[in-house]
Amino acid sequence: MKIDRRSFLSFVIGGAAGTALSPLPMKLTDDLSIWSQNWPWTPVPDDGEVSYVNSVCTLCPAGCGITVRKVEDRAVKIEGMQGHPVNRGGICTLGLSGLQLLYGPSRVRGPLKLVGKRGEGRWEKITWADAISEISGKLSDLRSGGQASAVGFLSGSDEGTVPHLIKRFLKVYGSPNFIRPTTMRDSYALTLQLLQGTASHAGFDFHNADLVMSLGSGVLEGWGPSVHMFQAHSRLIDQGGKLIQIEPRQSITAAKADKWIPLSPGSETALALGLANVIISESLYNKDFVENYAKDFDIWQKIVIDLYSLDRVAKITGVDKSTIISLGRSLGKAARPIVICGRGQGTTAGNIDQFLAVHCLNALLGNINQKGGTRALPQPDYINWPEPQLDDIAAKGVQMAREDRAGTPAFPHTRHLLSRLPEVTDSENAEYPLQALFVYDDNPVYTMPDTQAVKSAFDQIPFVVSFSSYLDETSQQADLILPNHVFLERYQDVPTAFGLPQAVIGLAQPVVPPQFDTRHVGDVLLAVAKALGGGIAEAFPWNSYDACLQKTLGARWETLVEETFQTDNGFAASGLGQTFGTPSGKFEFLSLGTDKTRRRLYREFEMQGEATAFPLMLIPYDSMRLANGYVGNPPFMVKTLGDTVLKGQDCFVEVNPKTAEDHGLVESEIVMLSTPKGEVQVKIHLSDGIMPGLVALPRGLGHTAYDNFLANKGVNFNQLIGPVEDPVSGLDAAWGIRAKLSKIEA
Amino acid sequence: MSTSDEKANEVSVDEAAGEEAAASTPGIEEKKPFLGLEKPIVVFFIIGFAASLIVGWIIFPKLLYSQKEQPVSFNHALHTEEAEENCTSCHYFRADGSFSGIPKLESCKECHDDILGESPNEVKFFTEYVMKNREVPWLVYSKQPDCVFFSHAAHVLAGNMECYTCHGPIGESTESRVYEENRITGYSRDIWGKNIAGFKKNSWDRMKMDDCSECHVRENVNQGSVQTEKGGCFVCHH
Repeated sequence: MKIDRRSFLSFVIGGAAGTALSPLPMKLTDDLSIWSQNWPWTPVPDDGEVSYVNSVCTLCPAGCGITVRKVEDRAVKIEGMQGHPVNRGGICTLGLSGLQLLYGPSRVRGPLKLVGKRGEGRWEKITWADAISEISGKLSDLRSGGQASAVGFLSGSDEGTVPHLIKRFLKVYGSPNFIRPTTMRDSYALTLQLLQGTASHAGFDFHNADLVMSLGSGVLEGWGPSVHMFQAHSRLIDQGGKLIQIEPRQSITAAKADKWIPLSPGSETALALGLANVIISESLYNKDFVENYAKDFDIWQKIVIDLYSLDRVAKITGVDKSTIISLGRSLGKAARPIVICGRGQGTTAGNIDQFLAVHCLNALLGNINQKGGTRALPQPDYINWPEPQLDDIAAKGVQMAREDRAGTPAFPHTRHLLSRLPEVTDSENAEYPLQALFVYDDNPVYTMPDTQAVKSAFDQIPFVVSFSSYLDETSQQADLILPNHVFLERYQDVPTAFGLPQAVIGLAQPVVPPQFDTRHVGDVLLAVAKALGGGIAEAFPWNSYDACLQKTLGARWETLVEETFQTDNGFAASGLGQTFGTPSGKFEFLSLGTDKTRRRLYREFEMQGEATAFPLMLIPYDSMRLANGYVGNPPFMVKTLGDTVLKGQDCFVEVNPKTAEDHGLVESEIVMLSTPKGEVQVKIHLSDGIMPGLVALPRGLGHTAYDNFLANKGVNFNQLIGPVEDPVSGLDAAWGIRAKLSKIEA
Repeated sequence: MSTSDEKANEVSVDEAAGEEAAASTPGIEEKKPFLGLEKPIVVFFIIGFAASLIVGWIIFPKLLYSQKEQPVSFNHALHTEEAEENCTSCHYFRADGSFSGIPKLESCKECHDDILGESPNEVKFFTEYVMKNREVPWLVYSKQPDCVFFSHAAHVLAGNMECYTCHGPIGESTESRVYEENRITGYSRDIWGKNIAGFKKNSWDRMKMDDCSECHVRENVNQGSVQTEKGGCFVCHH
């Protein structure tokens, strides 16, 4: 039998026929289709018991309630908590993508020690015991060497038990240098202190207002408690109220407002005084309040009428006289108007004149402590620890002047001046150069203006410790990283956020156990205090941070564990009689902040840079899709950015088509953006929604650290701007910087 | 294009010429082949046919499935005797209506907090899992792919179905049978069914989509989709 081509073909045909009559083809097709739906890289979440844990989001200071959906031990979704007084079930993009901060790749998995030079990124793993003995050894050496006051602690906030533990630690150790970043919240607090004589937080009853006039505040861009603001905005619209947005760029808020009035950047104070002029001239102000509850109104009114005529205001602001009159009338005739300020998200403190002028305008409208008006909420008072015993070194150390000069005769009203850090760290300016700096819940190397100066300030501090859970820009400049638990892994008390109409205390609770070898910063502090011994150890009688928190919250603890929040009704508006703590017991139109001798209510600010070399003005803008604080943008949020904000690695600046034409620039052209602080490459985006002569750059991009999802995308606004000191408060009042756009030669 | 067409034509012309030549060869004409085919060719066809049938029906199923033993052999019969509420004592509905599936070690420990008896399986279970507080990595015969949406509550609580309709007399078993894992899909052989051709005798013999729809049609489960007003895909596929 010969095997030829024909017999082979016959065999194959027979095989094919047999195969067709067997289950093989059908079964194999079915199996392959199932296989193709189950690639190993297709994420298939584990099945299991579903549970929900209520907690508080601490990614920003708003303190929204969250409900985290879990499957077994794994958190799978963060939702807004129903019935929470701050966010009433809503949630922002950052909160929603918070799981990526818990499970993301850029987390620090255990204590790290720098090997080699700073910035090289070479680290070695160490044990917690070694880390704590290294820190306590260093602190012990500095203290015995008479340099206790040269230890600084930079904390993201000064409220809550952890910042109080830090302050207590510095006090018994002997350093006055507890320092935190400053925002518009500080300017508002200072305003309330100067005009109303109260140490309090500013709050606003937006939900009951019928007209909100915002001088550049990003009502829909993250100003104040963002979700609360979104809901207040919806309610305002639903009830037929109005939102008037006044700012040089058409932000999302401006686009959604009933009116958008562009004005020259930096002239908001003049406009507020112009509006006051209209309200006074047309007798639209609240006479009961002005006559019975206010002091120095006559003088203030005279200054406003004499010095801030509508012609002058129109000239300064670039807003038509008729528009100013119509705006003033809308305010005067509204039943419950509120005027707010603080640009964008209010991350920069701003100049105090503006806050004073705006608050006086609110007083003129009679909305102080009224329904739909402004509030002054007392500071939280639940932390009542016995005063610690100070030894000689501590007693001497805390008497030293603060490194940043806050509270000194130069800036008597201000408590923290972080923006002065680069200047004072420079050894020539420093009275006593900082020898050690601890950073908790902050990323100053990214978030502070003038990134280069901040970096070189860090270079001059011999010992830097970061408590960050991420390898962020500041951690990269540190000698030790002692990762704290992230927000879903730890207990944290959350005092009332800026802008809320009532006091709310929240308690963030662990949703999942710590994922890595991290440790609560409170526990690290307790361990270091114990290692230092003596009076320092005695000042911290608690065994653990959780025990300390539970004891501190006392009777509140059980309610907070169960409900996650507690509102104090006693803080609600309590009549005007007891509202003012000023010497006169009244609202003082002319405060210590006012330049009494020259009676100026408005000081023009020159932003940095020469007009000839830098003909344009660079301003930042904020977005709900960009986290610009110490928490970096999670990948979900980066994905939500539009193609005119970030494309690939390039980010865009917005310029008016007229400005672009003057400079011979076209859409999407890559140009060099320079300011006195630095230069970067950006792409041009033409927009009619920005005034000519301005260049707007988003804040929150241009990270150099974290992971591939965030690093090297766009440019960091802070590397282009420097701080401008407010003469009264010393806080950073910069709203922009002079800039230049130049073509890149091919 | 035209060039390749021309080439194809050329080839066919050549082949035709070759066949004509073969047919005209003397001698071959005289043998009358069976059904016009030569014997050896038929033999080859039969060999190929038979071999592929053997491969398809016998060898392929053997190769397709690997045999795995459960970490601990489980005696359902013994447990159902002890348990007060039959199957639901261990396989219960959670408060939110979701089904607990195979119990976690936590549930087992409610009784097995100490060693119960001396059977090798109990010793293994107690020393390897209870004492070390490790979950038992049970191999789940009824595990479906992630894209299959199945609600036990809809079937058992709302539809009043019995466990054995789909799971068979598993509750009477005295030991765990071998788990046959499909090497391609990773799922149990129970889904396709023991019979490789897909024939079944009992309702629990296989659990493919056709088996779901067979019952859904018979029981007149609401087949309409609100959006499309067409067939019942969206009853299960969301």
